[in-house]
Order: sequence, then C-alpha cells, then structure tokens
Amino acid sequence: MRLNLTINGERREDDIDPRTLLVHYLREVAGLTGTHVGCETSLCGACTVHLNGAAVKSCTILAVQAEGAEITTIEGLARGGEMHPLQEGFWEEHGLQCGYCTPGMIMTAADLLAHNPDPSEAEIREALEGNLCRCTGYQHIVNAVRSAARKMRERKAA
Amino acid sequence: MSQRVTVNLGIPEAPREVTVVIPDDEPIPWQLGDHFAIVGAETPRVDGPAKATGAARYTYDIALPGMLYGAIVRSPYPRAHVKNVDLTRAMRIPGVRAALTITDGEIRFAGQEVAAVAAISSDIAADALARIKVDYEPLPFVVEMDAASADGAPSVFSGSNVGKPQISNHGDVERALAAAQYRIEATYTTPVQTHVSLETHGAVAHFDGGALTVWCSTQGVFTVRDDLAVLFNLPPDKVRVITDYLGGGFGSKFGASPEIVIAARLAKESGAPVKLMLPRGDEHLATGNRPNAEQKVRFGADASGKLVAIDLVQRGSGGIGAGSGSAGPFKMVYPCPNVRTEERNVYTNAGPSSPMRAPGWPQGAFALEMAMDEMARKLKLDRLEFRRRNNSNPVRAIELELGARAFGWPEKSAAPKSSGPIRRGIGVACAAWHAVGASGPEALAIAYRDGRVEIRCGTQDIGTGTRTALAIVAAEELGLPIAQISAEIGDTRYPFSLPSGGSMSSPSNTPAIRQAAAHLKAKLFKIAAPALGAEPSDLEARDGAIRVRFDPARRVAFKDVCRRIPGDSISAGGERIPNYAAYRPDQAGCQFAEVEVDTETGVARVLRVVAVHDAGTMIDPLTSRSQINGGVLMGIGYALFETRRMDPQIGLMVNPTMDDYKLVGPLDVPQIDVMFLNVFNGGTNTGVLGIGEVAHVASAAAVACAVSDAIGAPIRALPMTPDRILAALEHA
Ligand code: FES
Ligand code: FES
Repeated sequence: MRLNLTINGERREDDIDPRTLLVHYLREVAGLTGTHVGCETSLCGACTVHLNGAAVKSCTILAVQAEGAEITTIEGLARGGEMHPLQEGFWEEHGLQCGYCTPGMIMTAADLLAHNPDPSEAEIREALEGNLCRCTGYQHIVNAVRSAARKMRERKAA
Repeated sequence: MSQRVTVNLGIPEAPREVTVVIPDDEPIPWQLGDHFAIVGAETPRVDGPAKATGAARYTYDIALPGMLYGAIVRSPYPRAHVKNVDLTRAMRIPGVRAALTITDGEIRFAGQEVAAVAAISSDIAADALARIKVDYEPLPFVVEMDAASADGAPSVFSGSNVGKPQISNHGDVERALAAAQYRIEATYTTPVQTHVSLETHGAVAHFDGGALTVWCSTQGVFTVRDDLAVLFNLPPDKVRVITDYLGGGFGSKFGASPEIVIAARLAKESGAPVKLMLPRGDEHLATGNRPNAEQKVRFGADASGKLVAIDLVQRGSGGIGAGSGSAGPFKMVYPCPNVRTEERNVYTNAGPSSPMRAPGWPQGAFALEMAMDEMARKLKLDRLEFRRRNNSNPVRAIELELGARAFGWPEKSAAPKSSGPIRRGIGVACAAWHAVGASGPEALAIAYRDGRVEIRCGTQDIGTGTRTALAIVAAEELGLPIAQISAEIGDTRYPFSLPSGGSMSSPSNTPAIRQAAAHLKAKLFKIAAPALGAEPSDLEARDGAIRVRFDPARRVAFKDVCRRIPGDSISAGGERIPNYAAYRPDQAGCQFAEVEVDTETGVARVLRVVAVHDAGTMIDPLTSRSQINGGVLMGIGYALFETRRMDPQIGLMVNPTMDDYKLVGPLDVPQIDVMFLNVFNGGTNTGVLGIGEVAHVASAAAVACAVSDAIGAPIRALPMTPDRILAALEHA
C-alpha cells in the first residue's frame, strides 16, 4: 500500500504493508532510529513523535493513519545544526542517563512548551506522566524542561 | 621497580596517612590537598548530545543489509514436558528463513524458550510463531515459596526445592540473646522485583566468513564474547561483541543470555544477520529478577542501646535461579559481637533470578532497618540516635549528622503527630557497599598529530556515565579540556575490561585510564623536553600546555607537541593493578525519607528524601547525583509499588506489563536532595568508588520505616500497597 507523508519537513512516498505500525515505519523504513521502542503498548512513551504538531505514541498508530500528515521526530527537532533548547536542557541539566527514554521525553516536553511556555514543576510532571524513565529519578528531567522553557522565553523576548 | 609513597587520604575531618608500595609507572594516588582542573567539577555528559538528538545507536537501532527479524515461542505452562515441536507450518510461510527448536525436554517456568524463528519482517516472524505447533504435557508445578517448601511439593529440579542453608556465625547469638536486656523478633517479607530496563534484552548477530559479530544490549561485552566462543566453538578473536549504547541493565544483562544465543543460532541457520529484541512482556518473565525473601529477625540490645545479638533466618526464591540470600546488610552495616545468619534458596517454577542492583541488599536492608526501628521503640530511643550508637564508620557518622540537619530530623521527630486522616512519618536507613573495583581492565591512550586524544577501553556504559568518567580522568591527567578527548568503549576489539556490575566500572576502569594517560604524557614530555630546554621529569601538563613545573611561563601548547609526533599518532597502554592500601575497604551512605499516608485510602506518598553518600574521589557530581536519584526512585518503587504477582492456580505471572507492574512515574517522585562526602579513598591511583548500588540499598528501607512511623505500626511486608496499609491501620 502507498503511503505519502512528510517527515521532518521532507516529503516521502513508500510502499508499505498496511499493518505496519508508525514506529516501525519510522525506524525501519525511514531509518530514523531516534524514536525508540520500549513497550509497544502505549505505556512507556519512548516512541513519542509529533503528528501534525501534537505528541503521539507512534507504537499505537498505524503508519497509514499518518497519510498526508506532518511528522516530526527527535531527529527533526534541531534547526540548522543547532540543538533545540530542550535538547540542550537535557544535556546541560543531565536529564538523561542511559538515554533510552530521552527522545520521547523531549518530544512530549516540546508539545507541553508549545502550549504552556512557563509550566510549573507540577505541570511538567503531569505532562510527562505517560513517559517512563528507569534511570534518572525524573528530577533532572524536570530541571531540563524548566531550563529549556526559560531559554525559549528569553529568545522569544529578545 | 617500585616506589614507596605516603599519601594523605580520607576526609578533612578524619584524614589518615597511608604508605603504599606501588610500581614505578603507577601514578601517585589522588589525595587530600590535590588541585584538580576538571575532576570533581560538574561536567555534562560527553554523550549528552548524541542521546538528546537521537543519534546514539542502541542495539535496538542496528540495521544490517538483508537483516532478518527473530522471535521466540515461550512456554505457556509453568512446568511441562515438550513432547514435540512442529516447525513445518511456520517454515512454509513466505519470508520465513529459519526455525529452531530450543527446548525439547522439560519446561520449568512459564516463559521458557521453546522454539524460535527468523523472517524478513517482524510481522511475518510473529505470524510464524503462531504456526509453530508445540505438544506439551503439562506437569504439576509450584510457584510459591511456602508451597515449594512443603513436603511432597512438585520438584522443580529433583529432590527437595529447599537448598542447603548458608550459615555464617560470629560469637554466640543464642547466649547473647538470652542475656540481652531487650529483645525483638519479627518476620519481614519482600516481593520479586523485575529490572524493567527501558531497552529490552536482545541482539543483532551476524556470521561472516567464520567470524561472528554480535551487537547486544549487554553489561559485559567480554563475557558475552567468551560465552559465545565456547558455544559456537570459535576462537575468542573470531567473536566480536559491540555495545555502543545500552538502555539500562541493572544487573540483568550479563553473559550470553538465551536471546543472544538464539539470535546467533538463527543467524547461523539462515545465513543472514538476525535481529532479535524481546517484547516487553518477556522481560518480566524470563530475563531475571530480584528474588523474594522471608526474613526472620531477632535482635538483642543492652541498656546502653548497643546491639548485642543479630540473628537472621532467611528463605528466598529466585524461581529456577539461585542466589536469593540477603544477609549482607546484617553482617556489614551495624557492628555487633554476635551475628548469625542462615540463608536458604527455594526453587519455584518461575523465571530465573539474576543480579539486580545490589543483589540481596535492599531486601536485607529493609528487614534490618525495620528491626532497628522496632528495637529503638522498645529502648525508647530516638531511631536516629539508636543508629548513631551502633555505627562505627567515621564517614557514616558525618553523613548521619549532615543528613539529619538537611532533613530536619530533630524538628520533624519532635513534631506532634496529626490525628487527622493524613499522617506524616519519617524514616532513616543506612547503606554500605564495597565498590572498590578490581584489577583486570586495560586501556590505551592515543594522541594524534592534530592534538586529539582518544582513549580506548572495552568497558561499556550502562547509562551511568562511564564514557564521561573515563574522559574526565584522561583530561585531568593530560591537562586538556574534555572536548579534546574521545572515549571509545563497548567493543571487544578494545583493551580488555570487566563487566559493568557490582558498581565496579568506575573504580576498576578509571585507574587503567589514568595510568595509560600518564604513560602517554611521559612520551609527550620526551618530545617536548628539548624545545623547552628541560628534563622530561621537570614537566607538567596543565591548561592545554606542557610546561616547566617551576617556571610555568616556559610552555608549549599540547597541540604543538602533538605536531612533532613522528608518524600519525603515539600511544601508550595502562593497566589496572590490584588494589593497594586504602582509607577504607567499604563505603557508607544513609538516606532519610518523609512520607504522607492517607489513612482513608491507604495511599502512601513520599514527600522528601535526603541521601548522603560517599563516592570516594568525586569525579563528576552531576552524573553521580543523577545515579543516586535513580537509586532512590527504584527504591520507592520497591517500597510502594513493584511486585511480580503469580497466580498459584495456573502458575502464571498476572502483571507482565508496564502498568500492571507499577513503575514509579514523574508524579510519584519527591524532592530528592543528594549530598556527597568527597572521600579520597586511595587503594588505586584515582580512589574512585562506584555508587550505582549503594544508592539503592537504603532507599526502600527508609521509605518503609517512614510509612510505619506514619501509621504508628510496623508493616512488615513490601510493597506497602494501600490494602496492606489499611490492614495495618486496623491493628494499630
Ligand atoms: S513503545 Fe510506544 S509507548 Fe512504549
Ligand atoms: S535515562 Fe534510562 S530510562 Fe530514562
């Protein structure tokens, strides 16, 4: 079956098996392995991407459901070789250890910051409730999101 | 040749001079008073950008041309005889390239590997699994420790399921107990916990001209290599194992586990590379767990508040695995003249245990610390004071004071208890570990003509920050910014290293790296000396330059020295020599927790944790703090949520998913304050100690003590779920 969509600003057309999950399509067909697989049952959030601007778990969406859509993956977040403030935040604030949950965390947080440029700690934790991390204890992740939000507000003001 | 040096070790409050005899080429151990450029500063991880941009490649991400996808059929029965495995229908599906029988004898747990397939897509592999016909003869089974210990229980292997007791005995516990002025006795139980690394177990295996290359999610590339070499009858140099990035392991990823071997067998059978990553559910069933435990504890104490007798009688079950002991903390945390421990392993028809973050210790610490609280109450002593009186470790003594102050223990314990529905409680628990590392690792340091430095070591980063720690040590020794160093790890083509476990990585690897960097530096000094008109022994490497120690203005930039390297590069090796005299053979920590319990719903919430730890020489507080946070997080899960639930009627795990097996989410974590004591421990040239496990030892215990304090009655079982809390309240 034919699939047309845009990934990270690039149009693509592929022949796929209709039952292909979006996460498998992104990783195995498009070769974008930054979107991780942790559970395949919509529980861990490691596979989070943006579909038409909203964070979704790509393991519970069929690729064909993304027909005509715009997908952004972690690879598409950096602009002009510069990391997104969230990516910088996760690095500088040490919001990661093994890093396996990180792309999903960042994509979920990016959705939050698009709607709420100055979230409280509680709002950040609430927004990330569908993303699991077994390594960090979440505190540094929350710090990373706060620092990114600050940076983004400052850049906007400047 | 060797040198005799005296170093000033420990902490400023309690320093000690230690004289060591070490080889001539071993750098002098880092000690009190040393000035560091980067060691001890907050350095963001070197692999941060790769991980934050999705560029980091995990085993799950490896794709090779013509690669097949493997999948495993697992037994739905806890015990059965496999009479026949019919692969023919699966093989007939277009796109299926190999099918194998894995077990044709006895099945001992639900989830055991029975057969496997490889196909051109994961969907086709799943189709093929459904077509494999296995003829099982179900057999009587037992999944619970009590039932397995009873007379006439079905044998998991042969004979009794209860193993021989492991007994350790110091002094005379029975006499001391009889003479003790105060005694307590209680039984504590803990559940089976599973690791739940975010990246599941798995491998990509590829045979090419008699050589086997395996990418796998492992904590020990060399152990996997050696296991596979034996299994496939290959010389070790024909097996290469690579783990560039790893999505967590926590002790469950050592050696060539079944899925790695199956991936390699499928690759051999099909003649194509095979990727086999486990589905999440399999992780709970078959890739390891922390055994459960039942611990009968008796304590005796004298009127001065000193422990005079500790007795532990323990049973634990790691399913078909052994190693369920939990006596460690009873023998190591609080000194006592009479200590007897007795541990027994009980086999059950459940997935095998494997090491899990401080094996045996969180369960032991839970029982030990709960018993400490029960004894303190009997003595009418403040619980912190009782621990102070029974502590002999000078580092822990300071930690207890620091932690108590930061936590506000005196104020909190003096505060009147609320009589409303929401009650608060506090707890404190102590941790110990012995992460001094071991000899074995080797390292290579290479300087290139363009000034770059590369260090190579066949260790692996399980997420803790090994790459970063190694790069920091090399940067310090060579006087370079960390950006100039690249740390290459996770490949059996690099110099040998040990598995990443037992909190051994940093203490075992950093000394090899430092020695290699020192040897490289000596070679560069020889190159630089003539230009500086000095002897090589008068030079030092600092601030990106090589300079004369007593006349720092005479200097040449590191890069300019590298330009004079004949050829393209110059390299030097380093080895991790055996531990020599150190400040202490162990390390200490303590954690304080405050909780809130809703007595109407039985829900407990952790409000605050203060963790104070000794990391030896502090390399990077940023990565270290994060590891402590992670240890606390896993401990909160163990205390309040996590448990593998087995249905004794059908012998199956009923919650093998990420929500039925409840994990700690972002909303379940409190404010965690981490404090470190920078203890120059010596023993190696870096004096670094590992902290991954000590971080986790006391966490559940502190929370459990706090919950019991909140409701005014001990809850002697983990996890402290609402039903248990409500039941305890009824008896309070
Ligand atoms: S892989 Fe999609 S939520 Fe876990
Ligand atoms: S960093 Fe390992 S799971 Fe989050």
